[in-house]
Formats: sequence, structure tokens, C-alpha cells
Amino acid sequence: MSDLNKLTIADARDLLRKGDVSAVALTEACLAAIEGAGRLNAFVHHTPDLALERARAADQRLASGEAPAMCGIPVGIKDLFCTEGVPSQAASRILGGFHPQYESTVSAQLRDAGAVMLGKLNMDEFAMGSSNETSCYGNAVNPWKVDDRDLTPGGSSGGSASAVAADLCLAATGTDTGGSIRQPAAFTGTVGIKPTYGRCSRWGIVAFASSLDQAGPMTKTVRDAAIMLQAMCGHDPKDSTSADLPVPDFEAMLTGDIRGQKIGIPREYRMEGMPAEIESLWAKGAEMLRDAGAEIVDISLPHTKYALPAYYVIAPAEASSNLARYDGVRYGHRATLAQGDGITQMYEKTRAEGFGPEVQRRVMIGTYVLSAGFYDAYYNRARKVRTLIKRDFDEVFAQGIDSILTPATPSAAFGLGEMAEADPVQMYLNDVFTVTVNLAGLPGIAVPAGLDRQGLPLGLQLIGRPWDEAGLLNTAHVLEAAAGFVSKPAKWW
Amino acid sequence: MGLKPQGKSRQTGETMSEIDIETARKVAHLARIAVPEENLPALAQELSHILNFMEQLNEVDVEGVEPMTSVTPMRLKRRADGVTDGDIQDKVLANAPDAREGFFAVPKVVE
Repeated sequence: MSDLNKLTIADARDLLRKGDVSAVALTEACLAAIEGAGRLNAFVHHTPDLALERARAADQRLASGEAPAMCGIPVGIKDLFCTEGVPSQAASRILGGFHPQYESTVSAQLRDAGAVMLGKLNMDEFAMGSSNETSCYGNAVNPWKVDDRDLTPGGSSGGSASAVAADLCLAATGTDTGGSIRQPAAFTGTVGIKPTYGRCSRWGIVAFASSLDQAGPMTKTVRDAAIMLQAMCGHDPKDSTSADLPVPDFEAMLTGDIRGQKIGIPREYRMEGMPAEIESLWAKGAEMLRDAGAEIVDISLPHTKYALPAYYVIAPAEASSNLARYDGVRYGHRATLAQGDGITQMYEKTRAEGFGPEVQRRVMIGTYVLSAGFYDAYYNRARKVRTLIKRDFDEVFAQGIDSILTPATPSAAFGLGEMAEADPVQMYLNDVFTVTVNLAGLPGIAVPAGLDRQGLPLGLQLIGRPWDEAGLLNTAHVLEAAAGFVSKPAKWW
Repeated sequence: MGLKPQGKSRQTGETMSEIDIETARKVAHLARIAVPEENLPALAQELSHILNFMEQLNEVDVEGVEPMTSVTPMRLKRRADGVTDGDIQDKVLANAPDAREGFFAVPKVVE
């Protein structure tokens, strides 16, 4: 069978269980695809030997008939996840040479379910970015192309999105602090779900903003997202914010029946300057859900416009605290010191050399908003606004809304380098539709819904009630089927 | 992209927070990031611009609103106060840029 790397998780699982393909063959197909895709710069650490070893073990397990759904499925792991003995740098120079002595809970759960790690995926440095341009490995490139420009796969999980869209792996892990799973998924015609805060353990994932960070799967289909999320989530005593709740069988709950569901359309998400194509795609999405028997309801989330500024106070504040650990003492880079340099110079030089400009900027913003005299004016005010943003959602859910439909991004993928001259705030606007979901801790999913005039994918976002990933995935499944998005990027790399 | 949320302009309060060079130097030092003197003016300007973007939070009436501490109402889990880890000195030191005789080594701290 050719093109095994193009399979979905669901199809590969069925073929593996029937014995029609082997995990080794599947893995070899992906490794070959990765080998030929250097131009995309999606995989930044390759682990072919480990992958084949795990594939052989998966084949044995499959032969015994006791294999979980992810057994033998080749996946890519975002560089933000600590993987035992395998470089895990968060795309930062400051973690150069770091080989974790432990495995993150999420990647360990995938490993234990038999998934085959192919290597580590490119991303924005410390997940701070929306275009994968802040990575110490250089840009990841979107497999979608409309002219001679290289386009961004989005960020921060840009390598994950690029790899899944280009069929270098069957699926990948991502993380999402302000939209880092959903925006790249939308830019590459793939599916990405950020689960409810607390669904996935954060243990062993390099921390950016701990009250916002969540891991999630990036896949080719909604069904695959359901299957992979199942394997990733669950309670972990090592993360005190991980929820001790039963994990439903997400795939079994993809009934395709959304009759009677109430879908909210928030009027505040209609942005000035939003491309007409995105507006019409949004309307079309609502129509599709209505045709499937859902009730479309206009809703209001009045504090939406304050989500972005609140986020850009809270996230850098938490980041400045989390990133204080990179001090050149325990792991990673340490600057070469001059004669007479003391420990303060060691810290300052190490961090100046190790952190890229965007990370430095956010650490300093965070430091400022947490500093004496500004703590109340910025940080506490932002946290109060966050309370109000969450309250907006609580109120519409209390009115009986089951999920909320919005655009996923304010534009299609843009050219790498095109935002270089823009001020940082312009780049932050990429997160305008996604960031509210992190602030409120809700599950959100990006589903590919169409192509723009140039032929680039556009996504829609569905936002769900807390812990209702099952219902959210089911609605997304209906939207996916109705949108019938089947386009793939033509291979040029 | 040139997007702007609908409603009031985000220009509101544009001049409220101006970070001067002295403040930029102080912030860089608090963050333990060495910033060359010649880069401080640009840094100050950049930080001011970002902070101005945040000024729109001042439009929100937050009277009587509690600052969010946890997005999910949850009580942190308790566990018995027992040793669950340890005896992994080699692993702890494995990634240190400079480890000697079972310790992390740093430049002289006390004269």
C-alpha cells in the first residue's frame, strides 16, 4: 500500500488491527516523508531509531490483540513537551543541549498507548508567537502555497500544523495558550482542539502561562482529534490543576446528531476590517449547522474586545515568573563569562543570549506589570477583566447555549516575513478570536471550512461548555462533514 | 491585518503609560536580561507601545469584581506529606552547564 503517511488515525488503526499494514511500514512511510520535507522545517529533532523500535513493539502488541486505538500510530511531538533523552528545547537557544531525564505526562500517555514518536516539531520560542518566526530553529513553512512566497503555518504550534497538513505524520501534539493550536490548524486546513483547562496534564510541558496553557491534538479529521485527545487527557496527580474527572469515550459520542442544539453567534466577534470571505464563511457555517437541525441564536459576549489586552498582561506576567528558572545553573545554556563577572552577570548574559527578542519583550512586559506600583493597575485589573470575560460565557451557557461558532482567525495564512515591520501588537491580533477561550478555560476547536479566493484554507472555531469536549467534537464533526473540506496542499517541497 | 475590535477606539488613554529609558533599564535588570545601553531607547518605546494597547482595560468597570485566581472552581488536591521522589542526584545534575562533586557550580557569590 502506498502513501501510508496520508492515512487518518482512524483508518490506520483499523488497518493495523486487521493486520493489513504494520506499524513499522506506517512509520517508515512517515520517516521517508519527513526525509523529503526538509524545506518545511517542521521536524527539528529526528528520532527514527526510537520510532522504529516503538513501531516494532507496537506491532507485537497489535499481534496480541490488546492494542489501544493509538497503538502503532506515528505522531510528531511539539518541542515544548519534555521527552526523555530526546532534545526538548521549546525552540529556544536557552534550552540548547537539554536532554530531559523524564517524559511529560501527555507524551508518556501517548507512548504507553503505543503511539510512535517520529521526532520533535518546530514552534515559536516558548510558544510565544503566531507565525513560527520566533523559533531558534528558523521558520516552519506552511505546505500551502499560492505563489512564490513561503507562507507561515501559524504559531505557536507551526511545526505540528505543517507536519500534519503535509502528511509527515498522522497527527501531532500541540499546545494552546492563546490560540496556538487553533490558529495554525486554521492556517493549514487541519483540525486542532484545545480542551478545557485541566483536561490534559501540564506536567513536563515547558510552562509559558500556567493558568492558560493546555495541550491538545492536531489532526487531519475531527474523528482523529477525538481518538487522540482520549489518549492524551485524564487526571494526573503530578499536575495540581489537572481535573479528576472521568474521560468520556469521545469517538463513541460522534453521533452526527446535533438536532435541538443551540449554537450561539456572538455579535462582538464581527470585527471591523474583517475580510468579507471570513464573514461569509462564518454565515455559511451557521447555515450548515442549522440545516443539521441546530438552532442558531444571536448572543452577546460584551467583554470580548478586552480579552486581547487582558491576555497580553496575564500571559507575560505568568511567563516572566515561569521563565525565571532559566538562569544558566541547572540546565541549558550558560553564557561565557568575563573575568570578574559575578552571578548577576551570569544571569543577565545567559538570558540575553538565550532568549530571542519576542521572549525578552514578554518577560520584560511581565516583569513590569508585576512590579511594585503597577501590580494593581495592570495585573489585578487584567485578572478582574478575565473574571468578566468568563462571566460572559457563563451567562450564555446558562441561557441554554450548547456551543458558540466564530471564525478561527482574522485572515488566512500570511507570508513569512510580512509582519516583520509591524509592531508586536499587530501580530497579537492573530489571537483575537481564540484568546477568549483560554481566558475562560473553555474547550475550543478549529475545523477547516473552506478556501479563500487565493486558495488558502480558512477555519471556523467552535467553543464548548467546560468539560463538554464530547459535545463540541460532535458538533465539529457535523460541521466538518457539511463543509466537506477535502483539499490538500499540492506537493512542492 | 489592520483589524480593530468594534466599539471605542483603542487610542483611548494613548499617552497614559510612557516608559522612559531609566524605567526600561530598571525593568531589564529586574528581568535579569542584559540590554546594551544603545538598545534601551528602542526597548522603552516598544514597551510603551504594548502598555498603551493594554490601557483600554481602563474602560472596563471592574468595581466589586474579584480578580480571577483559578479558571475552574476547584480546591487543590491534598496528599499525604510523604517522600515521593528522590535519590536521583545524577539525573538532577545531568543537564547542568557546570556540575562538580555532586553540586551545581556557579561563579563566586560571596567574597
